[in-house]
Amino acid sequence: MIEVRDLTKKFGTTLAVDHLSFSVQPGRVTGFLGPNGAGKSTTMRIILGLDHPTSGSATINGKPYADLPSPLRTVGALLEAKSVHTGRSARNHLLFLAQTQGLPSSRVDAMLDLVGLRPVANKRAGTFSLGMSQRLGVAAAMLGDPQILLLDEPVNGLDPEGVLWIRNLMKHLASEGKTVLVSSHLMNEMAVTADHIVVIGRGRLLADAPTEEVIARESGQSVRVRTPDPVRLTELITANGGHAVAAAPTENGNGDQAPMLTVTGLPAARVGELAASALVVLHELTPQLASLEEAFLELTSDSLEFGHMESEPDGAQPASERRRPESAQTTDGSIR
Amino acid sequence: MSTTAASSQLGSSQVRPAERVGFGHLMLAEWTKIRSVRSTLWSLAIFVVATLLLTWLFTWLTVHALQTGRAPRRTADLVTDPVTFILQTGLGFGQLAICVLGALTMTTEYSTGVIRASLLAVPKRLPVLAAKCVVFASLIFVIAEIVSFVSFFIGKAVVHPVVDVSLSQPDVTRAVIGAGLYLTVLSLFALAIGSLIRHSAGAIATVIGLVLVVGGLLNLLDNYDWGRHVHDWFPPVAGGYITRIVPATDQVLSPWQGFAVFCGWTALLLIGGAYLLKRRDA
Repeated sequence: MIEVRDLTKKFGTTLAVDHLSFSVQPGRVTGFLGPNGAGKSTTMRIILGLDHPTSGSATINGKPYADLPSPLRTVGALLEAKSVHTGRSARNHLLFLAQTQGLPSSRVDAMLDLVGLRPVANKRAGTFSLGMSQRLGVAAAMLGDPQILLLDEPVNGLDPEGVLWIRNLMKHLASEGKTVLVSSHLMNEMAVTADHIVVIGRGRLLADAPTEEVIARESGQSVRVRTPDPVRLTELITANGGHAVAAAPTENGNGDQAPMLTVTGLPAARVGELAASALVVLHELTPQLASLEEAFLELTSDSLEFGHMESEPDGAQPASERRRPESAQTTDGSIR
Repeated sequence: MSTTAASSQLGSSQVRPAERVGFGHLMLAEWTKIRSVRSTLWSLAIFVVATLLLTWLFTWLTVHALQTGRAPRRTADLVTDPVTFILQTGLGFGQLAICVLGALTMTTEYSTGVIRASLLAVPKRLPVLAAKCVVFASLIFVIAEIVSFVSFFIGKAVVHPVVDVSLSQPDVTRAVIGAGLYLTVLSLFALAIGSLIRHSAGAIATVIGLVLVVGGLLNLLDNYDWGRHVHDWFPPVAGGYITRIVPATDQVLSPWQGFAVFCGWTALLLIGGAYLLKRRDA
């Protein structure tokens, strides 16, 4: 189990991780989501003892990473940044890592077979493609048969076969009872891989809940309606317990200029029936499908690193920013 | 590649029993690192070939000059202190390869990012540096001693028509063994600077600048009493005294004192490197 408690990391005046707390449980794949620059890699590097936290702690099975007696047998990590000497062969890279843990060289060959790099094991790692490098990183992570795996953007640069392979590997490891934390900025990837997701933005926790719950909660069930008579329709929807707001007046493909509403609290069928009963003309009636992508954008819309951050001094966060973490806590009472 | 294949290979039979990571394991790992990159082989090959070739070339040229009456001034050195002459010509060039290799051994960990893999395996960090120092210094010690002795015997044979030298003469064995010791400490000196600067080009330029340029400039201070002390306490200068039989003009430190000063500086730099390794984010 990985536990992050009140973790804060400052680089100079930049706050990379901001009082972050969450835990990663065994037996499931936990997705670690956030836009670029949200603090995912920094958090993972602190968990792994590579970066020193400014305050707070990160522990593995109750201990700091540095106190693990034979760390690669407990934790396997694939970092986003390269960590292989370009002039050293894949086999020698794995061999020196195995030797630090007292692992036999037969384990190196087994890992080379696992990731399919045996035929190029004696080639210099600098000649590897991005996909081959990722496979070598996975082999290094799996070397000590660890119970806990941290993978930072593992599918980056992989071909579809490689993506599928990583996905199945992670699911397989979780099914064996291992703890798997995988970071990504690709929401759809996490939707099919992760059982549980932790979302952060600008170093703060935005959500920590089962994947379906985040999708359901954050994207809600909404219906897009286009009608020439929005006032009448809004009245009908409000009278029947729904909620309608004017959406941005975008043209549809046919050049339709009719106003558009976003309806929540009523299913599309019910909106259609209400409109028909009152003889309100509808040009469009579209149930909005929930996706993790939308849920994510909704969650992180206030916390993108390159939006409006420069203009705001530290500590003067906009109200929307302050509101976010609270909304994240509602479903999962375990947070803070 | 398939998950089914994976499940059988992930089987933990090869991994247990878990044992505590010992220093011996770390030294083995550092040896694997050092032997598995080309820069080690190339640097050492250049060191051996350049040192032996230049030792032969410069002693031969000087002996020839003496015999034909061309270079009265340089011949003085060869006649008055032939052992120093032999040890400081070829090794004076060859040592640059040791400087480069020492710096690279540390800086390539950073430039290639392999430091992250190293520290994930050994999160206490300092054992990585310690194991690297022990393994690297041992390798350099063995090779440098062999090269020192071979250089000496090449030089001895070449200068034979002019002057007789042998290991049985006073202090000669100390100087020849000392040349290997000097190179060993120099390799750690370069490694320490690599651990402080972390960038290959910067570290190499700094080490070579200190060894070749600054030591020479400090000669200019020898007209002053304090200047001689500054000159002698400068690490590469102090370290070089162990290869001398006849003390240099204005030499303040004895050979072993000089060597101790060099070791002291190197230890200080290594402590600085260790402190930064522990403190910095990797």
